[in-house]
Amino acid sequence: MNRTAGGGLFSLGYALLFFAFLFGPLIIMVITAFNSSSFPRVVPWECFTTEWFGVLIANQRLMWGLWTSLWIGIAVVALSVPLGLAGALALADLGPSWRAGLYAVLITPILIPGVVIGISTIVLWGAIARVFGAGYDSVIFNGIFLTLLGQVSFIASYTMLIFISRLQRFDSTLTEAALDLGATPGQAFRKVLLPFLKPAIGSAAFIAFLASFENYNTTVFTILSGNTFTTALASKVRLGTDPSLSALAVIIIALTLIGAMVKEADTRRRERLRTGRMARAGVYASPLVRLVAHPAAVFILLGALAGLAIWQGGRHDASACRAEILREKQETQQRLLREQQERMRQFQQQSPAVAPAPGNNPSPFGGAFNPNSLAPPAPAAPPAGANPSPFGGAFAPKSLAPKP
Amino acid sequence: MTKDVVLDHVSIRFGSYTAVDNAHLSIQGGEFFSFLGPSGCGKTTLLRCISGFVQPTEGRVLIGGQDMRNVGPNKRPTALIFQNLALFPLLSVAENIAFPLEVRGVSRKNRRRRADELLEMIALPGTGDKKVHELSGGQRQRVAIARALAADPDILLLDEPLSALDLKLRQHMRTELRAIQQRVGLTFIYITHDQGEALTMSDRVAVMNAGVIEQVGDPKTIYNRPRTPFVASFVGETNRIPGEVVSQHGTTVTLSTPVGPLAGQSGGGRDHAPGAACQLFIRPEQLVVAGDGASPNRFAADCTAEEFEGSVQTLHLKAAGLPLRLCRMNAGNVAVAGPGAGALTLSFDPEAAIVLPYGTEADAAA
Ligand SMILES: Nc1ncnc2c1ncn2[C@@H]1O[C@H](COP(=O)(O)OP(=O)(O)OP(=O)(O)O)[C@@H](O)[C@H]1O
Ligand SMILES: [Mg+2]
Repeated sequence: MNRTAGGGLFSLGYALLFFAFLFGPLIIMVITAFNSSSFPRVVPWECFTTEWFGVLIANQRLMWGLWTSLWIGIAVVALSVPLGLAGALALADLGPSWRAGLYAVLITPILIPGVVIGISTIVLWGAIARVFGAGYDSVIFNGIFLTLLGQVSFIASYTMLIFISRLQRFDSTLTEAALDLGATPGQAFRKVLLPFLKPAIGSAAFIAFLASFENYNTTVFTILSGNTFTTALASKVRLGTDPSLSALAVIIIALTLIGAMVKEADTRRRERLRTGRMARAGVYASPLVRLVAHPAAVFILLGALAGLAIWQGGRHDASACRAEILREKQETQQRLLREQQERMRQFQQQSPAVAPAPGNNPSPFGGAFNPNSLAPPAPAAPPAGANPSPFGGAFAPKSLAPKP
Repeated sequence: MTKDVVLDHVSIRFGSYTAVDNAHLSIQGGEFFSFLGPSGCGKTTLLRCISGFVQPTEGRVLIGGQDMRNVGPNKRPTALIFQNLALFPLLSVAENIAFPLEVRGVSRKNRRRRADELLEMIALPGTGDKKVHELSGGQRQRVAIARALAADPDILLLDEPLSALDLKLRQHMRTELRAIQQRVGLTFIYITHDQGEALTMSDRVAVMNAGVIEQVGDPKTIYNRPRTPFVASFVGETNRIPGEVVSQHGTTVTLSTPVGPLAGQSGGGRDHAPGAACQLFIRPEQLVVAGDGASPNRFAADCTAEEFEGSVQTLHLKAAGLPLRLCRMNAGNVAVAGPGAGALTLSFDPEAAIVLPYGTEADAAA
């Protein structure tokens, strides 16, 4: 009994750790998106604000990259789903000796690092362009075109894997039965095989889109001078981050959650329809519950909630709070300044000779205390050579340094 | 309309393996024709060849007098009922049945009407909107038949369609299939490894062994006049007595056997030279416990065991070391011979016994 209790405690602890590990970063990210602090952080909490969403949307480069990524993703889906399906069908129809060889060839793009695919795509098409004497304004030097080719070359292998595993469960006598009953090969494909593959087509399209959208390694080369969402994001992070990225994370998480819930509602509904339990289950007997549990209703409801949140967020004005914070900060600064001057005077009275202390130590609060707001009056500043305070470094010395 | 099927010296090989060896026979229009043979003897392969999924390596398949070499499965006037039925799991019962009409562009309304008619015919009215997996094995069976009939074929090919069913249902479906065949008047080509099925339903039966068609004939001929040892032992129970030819008069052959001299009919009308090693086949129900009368083919045997099944009684006997079985109808009296009753005298009609040489090839001629 002790053992089970201990075991239970252990599993509970483990589960908690596990979920903290999984969701901790996401939760923190979401919180920082609403903190007015210009560096993404949770403490110190300053003001609840929605302005980072505005900052995000105002970022032209990022928004244009998002738009490009969307189009590339859709085109990649349109190309790699049929290509993957064709590959899987070819593999299914081939004899065993040919199959192993072709499989190895078709699967290699997944094993090759994305960087290599990216570089080799530009090298190859650069060479092709030279052969045909195409100029830099031709389609071969179009970053979107090259990105499409580069991404499709390995994403088609992903989709092929999905189709292969689905096809393995296909009973090929069904196709034969269709042919035998008078269907042309095309009709047999459309009416028997495609409906069977429908779920696989859905997941292949989804995975192809995600793989395209989040791809960086290949895209960063093939996009040339352009930008997709990921490359724009990466260059932005390189220059320093701000909570508008957290705002982006919030949007993505919200979209994922809505998608997952609608999908779940849909799966449950299908399951109930399939088992015919819709009428029997007590809860679903009520037409109201049945209506609310419909995936479309779930979608509308969640969409309305999100819309409400956006509308409310748009109306939220953090400026009063910000002004308050600013005033508090200024007061703190003033108080520190006064205290320091006080200490300095006492110190100077005790021993006038002191080592010079440069006031440029990095401060943990650095960004938070807006230096511009503080421009201390020059006369109030102590002489540079007289900074003996042991606390001097700790308390925002930057803000104390006279602004040029 | 019915069409005949001719297999003109058809051989089918997979690499070096011969699945069907020189099949040569013709099936008449409107006939219920069965292929009977043990598992793996090439029955399915032959059927797939008729329906167009396998090309003959040698020979031709003719349907209605037309060579089928370059005619695809979807263009042949055949409909195949697969060993596993191959109903479309994503379609409803009615959609399954209407599939052949759908691919021909029949309107939705007419499709549904025809599907309902066929459902009526297979005694499953009102099940059109069910999914296939909601039906029982026997019901699926009938849906597969209805779907094949909806294609309006001239020839219906059935690949062991009853093998997955339990005994009761199988017997019921046998009668049903035969009734459907007589009603729609199509050519049925039926495959089975169950000899009872083949004998009860068919107009004619072809017995196959290891790719070779050993004998073609109506059920009574197959059972009573087997032409090869394989046919004699595969179709029904039989007793085998080895011996040596003494003489032959017409079709009657006399053998000297361990149990004494026995006479039987020469299987397939062969001539046997005196001294040739042969075997005599006699069905258990043709053996009788003889009285004292002077019947031919008399020999002595000991009874080792008895099985009483009510209407039928089986005696396990031993004559000169050979195990034999004897079947007879229960005569109603208790005092029948059983184990320990001492030596019995057995006899049989020379007309009912078949004498065949060892290792006969099918010198087939249908
Ligand atoms: N596509 C193929 N390639 C190679 N060998 C095959 C192929 N199809 C069938 N065979 C072989 O041909 C032989 C006959 O097969 P077939 O399916 O015709 O048997 P069957 O008489 O229908 O048996 P069952 O009663 O078990 O269904 C088998 O030994 C099988 O291994
Ligand atoms: Mg078979």
